[in-house]
Amino acid sequence: MNIPHITSIVIFLPAAGIILTLLARTETQIKWAALLATSVTFLLSLGLYIGFDPSVSTVDAPQLSDVAQWFPTSFDVKYFVGIDGLNLLLILLTTLLGPIVILSSWTYIQKNHKAYYTLLLILQTGVTGVFASFDMLLFYVFFELTLIPMYFIIGLWGGENRIYAALKFVLYTLVGSLLMLVALISLGYLAGDAVNAGVFTTDWFKLASFVMPMESQRWLFLLFALAFAIKVPLFPFHTWLPDAHVQAPTGGSVVLAGVLLKMGTYGLVRFCLPFFPNATIAYAPWIAVLAVIGIVYGALVSRAQTDIKKLVAYSSVSHLGFVVLGIFALNVEAMQGAMIQMVNHGISTGAMFLIVGMLYERRHTREMADFGGIAKSVPILSFFMIFTVLASAGLPGLNGFVGEFLILIGAFKSTVLNSPILVAVATTGVILSAIYLLYMVYETFWGKITDEKNSRMPDLNMREIGLLVPLFLLMIIMGLAPGPFLRKSEPAVRDLLQRVEVKRIAVIMMEADRKGLATDFFSAPVRESPPAVKIVSK
Amino acid sequence: MELSQAYTSLLSDMGHTIPLILIVLTGLVIVLLDAFKPRHVSIPYLTALVLAVALGLEIQTIGSQGGTAYYELIRVGGMAAYVNAVILTSGLLSVILMKPYLERIDHNIGEAYALLLFSITGMMVLGSANSLVTIFVGLETMSICLYIMTALIRSHKGAIESALKYFLLGAFSTGFFLYGIALLYGATGTMMLPEMRGAVAVSDSDTMFWAGLALLLVGFMFKVGAAPFHMWTPDVYQGAATPITGFMSTASKTAAFASLILVLYYAVPAETWNGVIAILALITMIVGNVIAISQTNLKRMLAYSSIAHAGYVLVGLSAGTGAGYSGALYYMLVYTFMNIGAFGVIAFMEFDGKEGSEQRLDSLAGIGYKKPVLSVCMIFFMFSLAGFPPFGGFFGKIAVFAPAIDAGFIWLAIVGVLTSAVSAYYYLRVLVVFFMKQPDGVYDFDASPVPFSATAVIVLCAGVILVLGVAPSIMEVTMSFFSSSITTTAAVLP
Repeated sequence: MNIPHITSIVIFLPAAGIILTLLARTETQIKWAALLATSVTFLLSLGLYIGFDPSVSTVDAPQLSDVAQWFPTSFDVKYFVGIDGLNLLLILLTTLLGPIVILSSWTYIQKNHKAYYTLLLILQTGVTGVFASFDMLLFYVFFELTLIPMYFIIGLWGGENRIYAALKFVLYTLVGSLLMLVALISLGYLAGDAVNAGVFTTDWFKLASFVMPMESQRWLFLLFALAFAIKVPLFPFHTWLPDAHVQAPTGGSVVLAGVLLKMGTYGLVRFCLPFFPNATIAYAPWIAVLAVIGIVYGALVSRAQTDIKKLVAYSSVSHLGFVVLGIFALNVEAMQGAMIQMVNHGISTGAMFLIVGMLYERRHTREMADFGGIAKSVPILSFFMIFTVLASAGLPGLNGFVGEFLILIGAFKSTVLNSPILVAVATTGVILSAIYLLYMVYETFWGKITDEKNSRMPDLNMREIGLLVPLFLLMIIMGLAPGPFLRKSEPAVRDLLQRVEVKRIAVIMMEADRKGLATDFFSAPVRESPPAVKIVSK
Repeated sequence: MELSQAYTSLLSDMGHTIPLILIVLTGLVIVLLDAFKPRHVSIPYLTALVLAVALGLEIQTIGSQGGTAYYELIRVGGMAAYVNAVILTSGLLSVILMKPYLERIDHNIGEAYALLLFSITGMMVLGSANSLVTIFVGLETMSICLYIMTALIRSHKGAIESALKYFLLGAFSTGFFLYGIALLYGATGTMMLPEMRGAVAVSDSDTMFWAGLALLLVGFMFKVGAAPFHMWTPDVYQGAATPITGFMSTASKTAAFASLILVLYYAVPAETWNGVIAILALITMIVGNVIAISQTNLKRMLAYSSIAHAGYVLVGLSAGTGAGYSGALYYMLVYTFMNIGAFGVIAFMEFDGKEGSEQRLDSLAGIGYKKPVLSVCMIFFMFSLAGFPPFGGFFGKIAVFAPAIDAGFIWLAIVGVLTSAVSAYYYLRVLVVFFMKQPDGVYDFDASPVPFSATAVIVLCAGVILVLGVAPSIMEVTMSFFSSSITTTAAVLP
């Protein structure tokens, strides 16, 4: 099966679907149009999985790529999308969540259907584009494109405090990403002068091959990392997340947790590491510390929540801390763990938000105190929730375990972090996550039914079961047989770390060379003179 | 013999400036027509037709090599044609919005259209000037027409007040400008921009030259509404009839920026002044964006936003490179569409909302559901003004910030993007009010009708914004104007 331009089709088919939703006249037509667009996209994206061959190297070019000049020819800015081991699974996750999110909104959304489904489709195009871009500026455009639909989804269909949450979400992300834009343009010019005959370039492969002096690496890395850290969100930039999650409608939360946050971690892997290897290694311990603080802090705050959705939102801070830790451990095990954990988190947290949304639809509350003992009245819902909780808490045999285990093993071995104590602290996150999640299960599902309303709750209908089953199956498959998934990303992860290492040494050589030259030609005066300290006595 | 030569050259020059002549003549015809048949129904249509024809003619010559006419007083073709085309586009779109608006407030007088055409004449001269004299003539023609247009709604107290403010401050800045010209002439002995560059080298330490340039810059900064010379902008933009505000904020700024670019590009070497421009850009972006946050009046908020946008354009100029100038010109194109669109939307929402709450943002709560087409277009304009992709404003910002970063003004770009994050706050607040707030229970307004022509213009603007946001390669056009190196030109000159 070989469809030409399949990557571009998978990116833009949802956006093309808005023609259908805009033309549709009734509510049912709109929903089916959106479902059709996302389902076809998902089926086509399976073609990416089949068409992608991990044994073919993606060091020089991605597979299934599409390239076209985009800017005026005096800028080397292209429309350049493709597939490699790093983005394949994330794109599949995005396309899988597409129809699931549409189905989950079927009865949840009660006003402005046309706008809602149109925005969801645009959002999916944005997210897929982010993962598939191999041109920095194109990446940036997709990255920002996701803000607009998400802003309206939170702001129009959200809860009580939605306007504040929507604005906070946009402004936080915007500050980070605009600073990244400055860094990106600066990088484009620097790399253009060095490797592209003076022509401004944002081509990923050219930027990655550009051996950059250390002092530029530092500040560019910080600006890039800030943008992605806000998106992840890494402690202490996480404050927008609970607001956005709690206020967003279920569909919005699922997309947000499932794929939007991954844009941050993916950005760190895809851009920060290969562009700025020396700065990455220099700052890796610091970022790892923040990640571990996030793991523990997120878990503790989760435990303190009374609102189930807020609990799940803070658990994202904790879980994504693991992903960041895995990325900055900079070895194959940890990185592979981070890659698979991104997908795992998308599946299990996505499922959790879906189930919380279903509870909310039934009872219009998310307070744990309002529930209790509902395992008796809604057994199917409870089954799915408890199963998802176990997966999320990292029960061996389910998907969450694989990622966390690899990350922790890799982090222990990591020569870059070189701090077993830090990793030991991170390990407590696994235990804490079991505590807060099981506490939630205990409060909500076990015990006796105290509230009369809870006993009359209807259980899941076929639509709701249908949209949970694929996620449920994936949790089992990825838990029992993670091999096929890991094998898809392994060569790319190895290549990436290889690239980091080679470039890091090249930069060190270059710096040493420059210093050597300076001492040779200009001898003494250029050398570091002892710091001149003047003591002024009064 | 000499007379006949002069005659031939005049004819050929006129052939190069047909749009300009056409517009002046139509303006005169309208003045006469209005005298004999006041408020004749054909006047707006005639204006629009002539602007469309002129626009078509200018667009055709954009691709041509730039040259000069009328004894090198005016530039034609190339960049001049592009600038004129932007001005004419602004004029054409504004006329279509003006007609129903003025009819509605019962001020559909012929003078409005005649003045519009005369001011466009001034702008076209200003934007294609090749000599300081031409700049001055263009600037004054434009400004005097704009003073009167501000005061067009005579019954409106605010209009008269703002026109008077505009006039007094404008006259003051004209004084600076003229004095600057005098000093520059004194220092260099020429009025011609390209010749001035040759003279700058010899008088490098000439105080008179720098004083002249500084005064000239003050005049320009006043016209483009850059801080700290922006004081008139909010009052004037708020007081004038809304479609006219849209026109003023785009066309007059385009002309003034184009003229400033010509002066900077041809007359003086960049490294001598770009630090000053960078600081002005910094102040302007901060002042515009920060003050805009606290505005409750939508029109006034957009006035401050237009100050901020002048700041962004100045960032492009501060680079002092061809890429920076072309970025600034590209920005003005994008800005024209988004600002006229935004003011157009406001113009046809002014009659909604509570009585006496003119243009107050809160009074428009929930209007997104009453006027969906206009409001959805407003989403495009607001996001574009805030610089979000995939709208034109994003690539506009790239076009001005990237050259500045290349030229080493990274701090300026960082402040620029931070202030534009600030701007996102107030632009998004408009959308919050439009879509996410409910109108006060007491008052449930009926939406005033929007004429088809106005809707068409606003939708067109939104469409263009989207196209410019997806296909930035249109930038190639402005980049071609600065492809030839200026140093070679200067070397040829005596």
